[in-house]
Amino acid sequence: MGLQQTRYQQLSKEKMPKRPVLRNLLWAFMIGGAICLAGQFVQLFFMHQGMSVKEAASPTTVVMVGIGAVLTGAGLYDRLVKRAGMGGTLPITGFANAMVAPAMEFRAEGLIMGVGARLFTVAGPVLAYGMAAAFVVSAVRYLVTGVA
Amino acid sequence: MSFVWAFVVGGLLCVLAQLILDLARLTPGQVLVLFVVAGALMGGLGVYGAFVQFAGAGATVPLPGFGYTMVEGIGEAVKQKGPMGLFTGSLTASAGGIKAAVLFGLAASLIFKPKA
Repeated sequence: MGLQQTRYQQLSKEKMPKRPVLRNLLWAFMIGGAICLAGQFVQLFFMHQGMSVKEAASPTTVVMVGIGAVLTGAGLYDRLVKRAGMGGTLPITGFANAMVAPAMEFRAEGLIMGVGARLFTVAGPVLAYGMAAAFVVSAVRYLVTGVA
Repeated sequence: MSFVWAFVVGGLLCVLAQLILDLARLTPGQVLVLFVVAGALMGGLGVYGAFVQFAGAGATVPLPGFGYTMVEGIGEAVKQKGPMGLFTGSLTASAGGIKAAVLFGLAASLIFKPKA
Protein backbone atom coordinates (compact mmCIF):
# COMPACT_ATOMS: atom_id res chain seq x y z
CA MET A 1 0.00 0.00 0.00
CA GLY A 2 2.68 2.44 1.11
CA LEU A 3 4.91 1.35 -1.74
CA GLN A 4 2.14 1.82 -4.27
CA GLN A 5 1.47 5.28 -2.98
CA THR A 6 5.06 6.44 -3.35
CA ARG A 7 5.14 4.91 -6.82
CA TYR A 8 1.95 6.79 -7.66
CA GLN A 9 3.38 10.07 -6.41
CA GLN A 10 6.51 9.48 -8.44
CA LEU A 11 4.48 8.74 -11.56
CA SER A 12 2.21 11.76 -11.17
CA LYS A 13 5.24 13.96 -10.64
CA GLU A 14 6.78 12.63 -13.84
CA LYS A 15 3.59 13.06 -15.82
CA MET A 16 2.79 16.54 -14.53
CA PRO A 17 3.39 19.05 -17.31
CA LYS A 18 6.56 21.01 -16.62
CA ARG A 19 5.95 24.73 -16.42
CA PRO A 20 7.93 26.40 -19.19
CA VAL A 21 9.49 28.74 -16.64
CA LEU A 22 12.04 30.45 -18.87
CA ARG A 23 9.64 31.07 -21.72
CA ASN A 24 7.07 32.44 -19.26
CA LEU A 25 9.66 34.83 -17.87
CA LEU A 26 10.63 36.11 -21.29
CA TRP A 27 7.01 36.77 -22.24
CA ALA A 28 6.32 38.45 -18.90
CA PHE A 29 9.33 40.71 -19.44
CA MET A 30 8.46 41.71 -23.00
CA ILE A 31 4.74 42.35 -22.49
CA GLY A 32 5.07 43.85 -19.00
CA GLY A 33 7.84 46.12 -20.25
CA ALA A 34 5.84 47.15 -23.29
CA ILE A 35 2.82 48.10 -21.17
CA CYS A 36 4.99 50.22 -18.87
CA LEU A 37 6.55 51.83 -21.93
CA ALA A 38 3.07 52.72 -23.13
CA GLY A 39 2.39 54.18 -19.67
CA GLN A 40 5.52 56.30 -19.96
CA PHE A 41 4.27 57.69 -23.29
CA VAL A 42 0.87 58.51 -21.79
CA GLN A 43 2.52 60.21 -18.79
CA LEU A 44 4.76 62.24 -21.09
CA PHE A 45 1.73 63.29 -23.10
CA PHE A 46 0.10 64.74 -19.97
CA MET A 47 3.36 66.40 -18.96
CA HIS A 48 3.46 68.06 -22.38
CA GLN A 49 0.06 69.54 -21.47
CA GLY A 50 1.86 71.31 -18.65
CA MET A 51 1.36 68.88 -15.77
CA SER A 52 4.09 67.99 -13.29
CA VAL A 53 5.10 64.34 -12.86
CA LYS A 54 2.89 64.15 -9.77
CA GLU A 55 -0.11 65.75 -11.46
CA ALA A 56 0.26 63.45 -14.47
CA ALA A 57 0.14 60.28 -12.34
CA SER A 58 -3.61 60.17 -11.84
CA PRO A 59 -4.75 60.85 -15.44
CA THR A 60 -2.12 58.37 -16.66
CA THR A 61 -3.62 55.70 -14.41
CA VAL A 62 -7.12 56.51 -15.66
CA VAL A 63 -6.02 56.17 -19.31
CA MET A 64 -4.18 52.90 -18.66
CA VAL A 65 -7.19 51.50 -16.80
CA GLY A 66 -9.37 52.57 -19.73
CA ILE A 67 -7.10 50.79 -22.22
CA GLY A 68 -7.15 47.64 -20.06
CA ALA A 69 -10.94 47.77 -19.78
CA VAL A 70 -11.53 48.20 -23.52
CA LEU A 71 -9.11 45.40 -24.44
CA THR A 72 -10.83 43.20 -21.86
CA GLY A 73 -14.25 44.04 -23.29
CA ALA A 74 -13.03 43.12 -26.76
CA GLY A 75 -11.79 39.78 -25.40
CA LEU A 76 -8.16 40.60 -26.21
CA TYR A 77 -6.67 41.13 -22.76
CA ASP A 78 -7.39 37.63 -21.49
CA ARG A 79 -5.55 36.24 -24.52
CA LEU A 80 -2.65 38.52 -23.71
CA VAL A 81 -2.56 37.29 -20.11
CA LYS A 82 -2.51 33.66 -21.27
CA ARG A 83 0.77 34.39 -23.03
CA ALA A 84 2.33 37.01 -20.77
CA GLY A 85 1.18 35.76 -17.35
CA MET A 86 2.14 38.31 -14.73
CA GLY A 87 3.44 40.57 -17.53
CA GLY A 88 -0.22 41.17 -18.30
CA THR A 89 -1.56 40.90 -14.75
CA LEU A 90 0.86 43.04 -12.73
CA PRO A 91 0.51 46.36 -14.64
CA ILE A 92 -2.49 48.54 -13.78
CA THR A 93 -4.10 47.46 -17.08
CA GLY A 94 -4.20 43.96 -15.56
CA PHE A 95 -5.86 45.35 -12.45
CA ALA A 96 -8.53 46.80 -14.73
CA ASN A 97 -8.81 43.42 -16.45
CA ALA A 98 -9.23 41.71 -13.07
CA MET A 99 -12.18 44.00 -12.33
CA VAL A 100 -13.83 44.08 -15.75
CA ALA A 101 -13.52 40.42 -16.81
CA PRO A 102 -15.41 38.83 -13.88
CA ALA A 103 -18.01 41.62 -13.97
CA MET A 104 -18.71 40.75 -17.60
CA GLU A 105 -18.59 37.01 -17.01
CA PHE A 106 -21.10 37.03 -14.17
CA ARG A 107 -23.57 39.36 -15.83
CA ALA A 108 -25.98 36.42 -15.93
CA GLU A 109 -26.11 36.41 -12.12
CA GLY A 110 -27.66 39.85 -12.20
CA LEU A 111 -26.52 43.45 -11.99
CA ILE A 112 -26.22 43.47 -8.20
CA MET A 113 -24.61 40.22 -7.05
CA GLY A 114 -23.29 39.42 -10.52
CA VAL A 115 -21.73 42.56 -11.97
CA GLY A 116 -21.61 44.69 -8.81
CA ALA A 117 -20.05 42.12 -6.50
CA ARG A 118 -17.73 40.41 -9.02
CA LEU A 119 -16.09 43.71 -9.93
CA PHE A 120 -14.24 43.29 -6.64
CA THR A 121 -13.27 39.60 -6.66
CA VAL A 122 -9.60 40.47 -7.16
CA ALA A 123 -9.72 44.22 -6.59
CA GLY A 124 -11.29 43.71 -3.15
CA PRO A 125 -8.34 41.86 -1.60
CA VAL A 126 -5.85 44.16 -3.35
CA LEU A 127 -7.59 47.28 -2.03
CA ALA A 128 -8.15 45.87 1.47
CA TYR A 129 -4.55 44.77 2.03
CA GLY A 130 -3.13 47.76 0.16
CA MET A 131 -5.07 50.12 2.40
CA ALA A 132 -4.16 48.16 5.52
CA ALA A 133 -0.45 48.11 4.64
CA ALA A 134 -0.44 51.81 3.72
CA PHE A 135 -2.18 52.64 7.00
CA VAL A 136 0.19 50.62 9.19
CA VAL A 137 3.34 51.85 7.43
CA SER A 138 2.23 55.47 7.56
CA ALA A 139 1.02 55.27 11.17
CA VAL A 140 4.36 53.86 12.29
CA ARG A 141 6.21 56.53 10.32
CA TYR A 142 3.95 59.21 11.82
CA LEU A 143 4.56 58.00 15.36
CA VAL A 144 8.30 57.70 14.88
CA THR A 145 9.09 60.81 12.80
CA GLY A 146 6.08 63.08 13.34
CA VAL A 147 5.34 63.20 9.58
CA ALA A 148 3.61 60.46 7.63
CA MET B 1 16.52 57.20 -21.68
CA SER B 2 13.48 57.32 -19.42
CA PHE B 3 11.69 55.10 -21.94
CA VAL B 4 14.37 52.42 -21.77
CA TRP B 5 14.24 52.31 -17.98
CA ALA B 6 10.45 52.26 -17.94
CA PHE B 7 10.53 49.20 -20.20
CA VAL B 8 13.35 47.40 -18.41
CA VAL B 9 12.25 48.06 -14.83
CA GLY B 10 8.57 47.39 -15.57
CA GLY B 11 9.51 44.20 -17.38
CA LEU B 12 11.74 43.04 -14.54
CA LEU B 13 9.00 43.63 -11.95
CA CYS B 14 6.73 41.41 -14.04
CA VAL B 15 9.49 38.78 -14.30
CA LEU B 16 9.83 38.79 -10.51
CA ALA B 17 6.08 38.36 -10.16
CA GLN B 18 6.09 35.52 -12.70
CA LEU B 19 8.94 33.81 -10.85
CA ILE B 20 7.07 33.99 -7.55
CA LEU B 21 3.91 32.71 -9.26
CA ASP B 22 5.70 29.74 -10.85
CA LEU B 23 8.08 28.79 -8.06
CA ALA B 24 5.93 29.43 -4.99
CA ARG B 25 2.84 28.16 -6.85
CA LEU B 26 0.68 31.08 -5.78
CA THR B 27 -2.41 32.32 -7.60
CA PRO B 28 -2.24 35.62 -9.55
CA GLY B 29 -4.52 37.22 -6.92
CA GLN B 30 -2.12 36.27 -4.13
CA VAL B 31 0.83 37.68 -6.07
CA LEU B 32 -1.04 40.95 -6.67
CA VAL B 33 -1.78 41.33 -2.94
CA LEU B 34 1.84 40.53 -2.12
CA PHE B 35 3.08 43.18 -4.56
CA VAL B 36 0.70 45.93 -3.49
CA VAL B 37 1.69 45.38 0.17
CA ALA B 38 5.38 45.34 -0.82
CA GLY B 39 4.87 48.61 -2.70
CA ALA B 40 3.30 50.21 0.36
CA LEU B 41 6.11 49.00 2.63
CA MET B 42 8.82 50.23 0.27
CA GLY B 43 6.93 53.50 -0.13
CA GLY B 44 6.94 53.95 3.64
CA LEU B 45 10.67 53.28 3.79
CA GLY B 46 11.26 55.90 1.09
CA VAL B 47 12.78 53.31 -1.26
CA TYR B 48 10.01 53.24 -3.82
CA GLY B 49 10.01 57.00 -4.31
CA ALA B 50 13.62 56.87 -5.49
CA PHE B 51 12.68 53.96 -7.71
CA VAL B 52 9.86 56.00 -9.31
CA GLN B 53 12.20 58.91 -9.99
CA PHE B 54 14.50 56.53 -11.80
CA ALA B 55 12.06 54.31 -13.72
CA GLY B 56 8.97 56.51 -14.12
CA ALA B 57 6.02 54.51 -15.43
CA GLY B 58 8.15 51.35 -15.09
CA ALA B 59 7.59 51.74 -11.35
CA THR B 60 4.18 53.43 -11.22
CA VAL B 61 2.26 51.30 -13.76
CA PRO B 62 2.93 47.89 -12.09
CA LEU B 63 0.83 47.20 -9.01
CA PRO B 64 3.46 48.03 -6.35
CA GLY B 65 3.07 51.59 -7.64
CA PHE B 66 -0.51 51.42 -6.40
CA GLY B 67 0.63 50.68 -2.84
CA TYR B 68 3.22 53.43 -3.14
CA THR B 69 0.54 55.91 -4.31
CA MET B 70 -1.55 55.08 -1.24
CA VAL B 71 1.35 55.78 1.15
CA GLU B 72 2.21 59.00 -0.69
CA GLY B 73 -1.44 60.08 -0.47
CA ILE B 74 -1.47 59.53 3.27
CA GLY B 75 1.70 61.61 3.59
CA GLU B 76 0.07 64.51 1.73
CA ALA B 77 -3.19 64.24 3.66
CA VAL B 78 -1.49 64.12 7.07
CA LYS B 79 0.49 67.22 6.13
CA GLN B 80 -2.76 69.06 5.37
CA LYS B 81 -5.15 67.82 8.04
CA GLY B 82 -3.20 65.89 10.64
CA PRO B 83 -3.75 62.30 11.79
CA MET B 84 -7.15 62.10 10.10
CA GLY B 85 -5.15 61.95 6.88
CA LEU B 86 -4.18 58.39 7.85
CA PHE B 87 -7.77 57.47 7.04
CA THR B 88 -8.49 59.65 4.03
CA GLY B 89 -5.16 59.82 2.20
CA SER B 90 -4.80 56.40 0.60
CA LEU B 91 -8.15 56.37 -1.18
CA THR B 92 -7.95 60.03 -2.18
CA ALA B 93 -4.69 59.40 -3.97
CA SER B 94 -5.80 56.18 -5.65
CA ALA B 95 -9.35 57.33 -6.40
CA GLY B 96 -8.74 58.02 -10.10
CA GLY B 97 -7.71 54.47 -10.93
CA ILE B 98 -10.31 52.80 -8.74
CA LYS B 99 -13.22 54.87 -9.95
CA ALA B 100 -12.14 54.52 -13.58
CA ALA B 101 -12.00 50.73 -13.19
CA VAL B 102 -15.45 50.63 -11.54
CA LEU B 103 -17.05 52.84 -14.20
CA PHE B 104 -15.39 51.07 -17.12
CA GLY B 105 -16.22 47.70 -15.56
CA LEU B 106 -19.89 48.57 -15.24
CA ALA B 107 -19.98 49.96 -18.77
CA ALA B 108 -18.14 46.99 -20.28
CA SER B 109 -20.42 44.46 -18.62
CA LEU B 110 -23.40 46.23 -20.16
CA ILE B 111 -21.90 46.70 -23.62
CA PHE B 112 -19.77 43.62 -24.29
CA LYS B 113 -20.74 39.97 -24.30
CA PRO B 114 -18.08 37.74 -22.72
CA LYS B 115 -16.25 35.51 -25.20
CA ALA B 116 -16.57 31.91 -23.99
